[in-house]
Amino acid sequence: MSERTTDVAIIGGGLIGAWTAFFLARRGQRVILIEKGIVGAQSSGVNFGNLRLQGRFPGQYPLSLRSQALWEDFAGLIGEDCEFEQTGHLYLAYDADEQAKLEGYAEVSESYGLAIERIGPADLRRRWPWLGERAIAATFSPRDATANPRLATPAIARAAARHGAVIRENTRVSAVDRSGDGFKLTFADGGSLSCGALVNSAGAWAHEIAERFGETAPVFPAGPPQFVTEPFPYLIGPSVQAIDGSVIFRQIPRGNIILAGYPRTAADPVNNRAPVPPAKTLAAMRALARVAPMLAQCHVIRVWSGIEAYLPDMIPVIGPSETTPGLFHAFGFCGHGFQIGPGVGLCLSEMIVDGATPTPLEPFSIGRFRSVTAVSEKFRREFD
Amino acid sequence: MAEIVIIGAGPAGISAAETLCANGLRPILIDEGARAGGQGYRRPADGLALDMNRLMGSEAGKYAALHRRFEALLPRIDYRPRTLVWAIEGNTLHLLRDGRTETLAFGKLLIASGAMDRIAPLPGWTLPGVFTLGGAQLALKDQGCLIGSRVAFLGSSPLLALAAKQYREMGAEIAVIADTTPLSAKLSALPELLRAPHTLARGLVYMAASLRAGTQMLHGVTPVAVEGQSRVEALLLRDAQGRERRFACDAVALGYGLKPETQLADLAGAQFAYDLDFRLFLPKIDGLGRAGSALYLAGDGVRIGGADAAEASGALAAHAILGDLRRPQDIAAMRQLARRVERLRAFQRGLARAFAWPKAQIAALPNSVTLCRCENVTVGEVRGVMSRELGPVEVNRVKAMTRCGMGRCQGRVCGPALHEIVAAMAGCDGAAAGRLRGQAPVKPIALAAAGTMA
Repeated sequence: MSERTTDVAIIGGGLIGAWTAFFLARRGQRVILIEKGIVGAQSSGVNFGNLRLQGRFPGQYPLSLRSQALWEDFAGLIGEDCEFEQTGHLYLAYDADEQAKLEGYAEVSESYGLAIERIGPADLRRRWPWLGERAIAATFSPRDATANPRLATPAIARAAARHGAVIRENTRVSAVDRSGDGFKLTFADGGSLSCGALVNSAGAWAHEIAERFGETAPVFPAGPPQFVTEPFPYLIGPSVQAIDGSVIFRQIPRGNIILAGYPRTAADPVNNRAPVPPAKTLAAMRALARVAPMLAQCHVIRVWSGIEAYLPDMIPVIGPSETTPGLFHAFGFCGHGFQIGPGVGLCLSEMIVDGATPTPLEPFSIGRFRSVTAVSEKFRREFD
Repeated sequence: MAEIVIIGAGPAGISAAETLCANGLRPILIDEGARAGGQGYRRPADGLALDMNRLMGSEAGKYAALHRRFEALLPRIDYRPRTLVWAIEGNTLHLLRDGRTETLAFGKLLIASGAMDRIAPLPGWTLPGVFTLGGAQLALKDQGCLIGSRVAFLGSSPLLALAAKQYREMGAEIAVIADTTPLSAKLSALPELLRAPHTLARGLVYMAASLRAGTQMLHGVTPVAVEGQSRVEALLLRDAQGRERRFACDAVALGYGLKPETQLADLAGAQFAYDLDFRLFLPKIDGLGRAGSALYLAGDGVRIGGADAAEASGALAAHAILGDLRRPQDIAAMRQLARRVERLRAFQRGLARAFAWPKAQIAALPNSVTLCRCENVTVGEVRGVMSRELGPVEVNRVKAMTRCGMGRCQGRVCGPALHEIVAAMAGCDGAAAGRLRGQAPVKPIALAAAGTMA
């Protein structure tokens, strides 16, 4: 057998690919991270930056909690700052049905050991006096956090490179083929490489790679409209979310308020465009003013979006290929990949180096798309 | 019939509206300002008795004529002042008027959004008392105010001498007129500038007036710093001979020429190309001002050409609209307008070469200089992220990493200087350094503008 270029090739230099490269390189693997554009420019760089723990898909908690520990140690692991702030996350309910839903989320969170505070109307107004009058209940999860997604992925990629990973930006893969028990990658510029294991973390473009190996997932590209206001005196504290899905916002210490609105909007991965319709900007502005009326005269200065990969059941694909040994998938993070990114990278590195990971990942198998897929209620709510 | 909408009630927008009205159409004319006239022909605030004849000097006749024409036009158009276009989506304009948002569908859109000053930062440029040259002139025209009692004019522009003359006549002392362009560069551009002898002569008259008044005029200076504790106290320069010179003053006007306000054209789908003379990305237009199937661009908002070129290009774009609506066109008038636009814009292009944007001075700015005043980002921070491994080499990525250009002005102020710093650090030409992409809202809008949730 001819000498391989590298042990592991990773296609897709987003957050998942960068964390995977980092952990593999730290284990002494030879790793090449291949990115068609630049590292961390797609959903990894444009997302809301939430490291939210409460209200997640129940089967994701072991992975989520493992990830949070890694975020909490970001500066130690990576050697750079990504504006990590353990602000906590406040979930708001506006009626009894919503309150019941909050309670359901809280019980799931607690069953995995997370501390959740239940807060009634009087305490809500006392602790966060800027809240509007209408919220009737909330849950607060103090371990939830936020970070700056624009800074995180490039920092992780640099740390991976310090451990020996090779980062190749502006490199488009034109073909992926089986070669013995490994893979051969051909690049659009004519180059190629061979590897033993292959990680498919190509986000909204990942299903194309899966399909080369006879499996697929119904990925489609979309983006949440996001906004930022001018700086305002720093007083909001936690990341705040209305459980009806109308708005989520947080304030960074320099004063700007970042908000994301729903529903999400379809994006165009061919032309690399993720539009923000002005009507959605206005809807999110109204929703924010409802939650925090003191912001009525605060100005929105900028909007953006980005291309994220969604799946109809609103949970990602993470784990080995069911058709091809040595191929691992991690894509379709449905707008909540930022928090679990480091855990996914760590688990993939364990699967590749040790053959298994202690974290349960069965719910995320690509095999679930062989039969009819359930469409989640969240999916119906969060899209037009 | 689908509406024809003109954005901008300056010389270009008014001329376009006139041409459309003359052909039996009733356009909607939207303007962010409270009074028509744009920036150059701005009217004083209501109730302010300013001697505009004296202030406008040789342009007083044109100023009066434009406003007369606008008054005559008013009954025949749908004029909407104090209206900001904050987003464009397909054929829908999103407006902000009286603190509320609304939408307006258009069939044809003519954008004549005008220009703003281009800023070259220097140490101390964010001190109170530093204004743009255009801002200094607007303070005069709109409010009858001076930016200071002893004013230094710094930059690279023939308008430095004009503004200094206006200030002197209104009673200000002129500390210095300091131009970063060497005299030799100006002289070598003379043949090109002779294409518009009237404008050239006006410029020379202003310079002569400054010399007569005993004002110091320096050419080929290198700005060092604006000095002051809590506000402007002095301007520090190195003159062409390399001597450091300090000019006591209480205000500084910075003028490095104008840049088109292209954000709305960007949102409306215009394509852009990098222009080597202006060192800016400019929208692509055809000879009549067409930038898309229903999009027309005119005036200084698409190419710097001055007020006369703006008027002609506005009329020309209106003729293009008439043609695209299959209405009869006056071909002879269009040819004449096109020649006039071409000639005046060529003159301004010559000026842009003569009074060059000081890209080398900007690329050499010290690390400590504030580049983005909205987000408080220094030149050094930009260089710092760019010099790291996997560091960005393009303006949009630099913005993402540093927040430079992310603030209230959305890079309208810091954009051109950021572009030069990035190009110099990346060792690439201006085109490769990239273009800051426009996003709505083009100007900040309050949450309350969106109304309340049902």
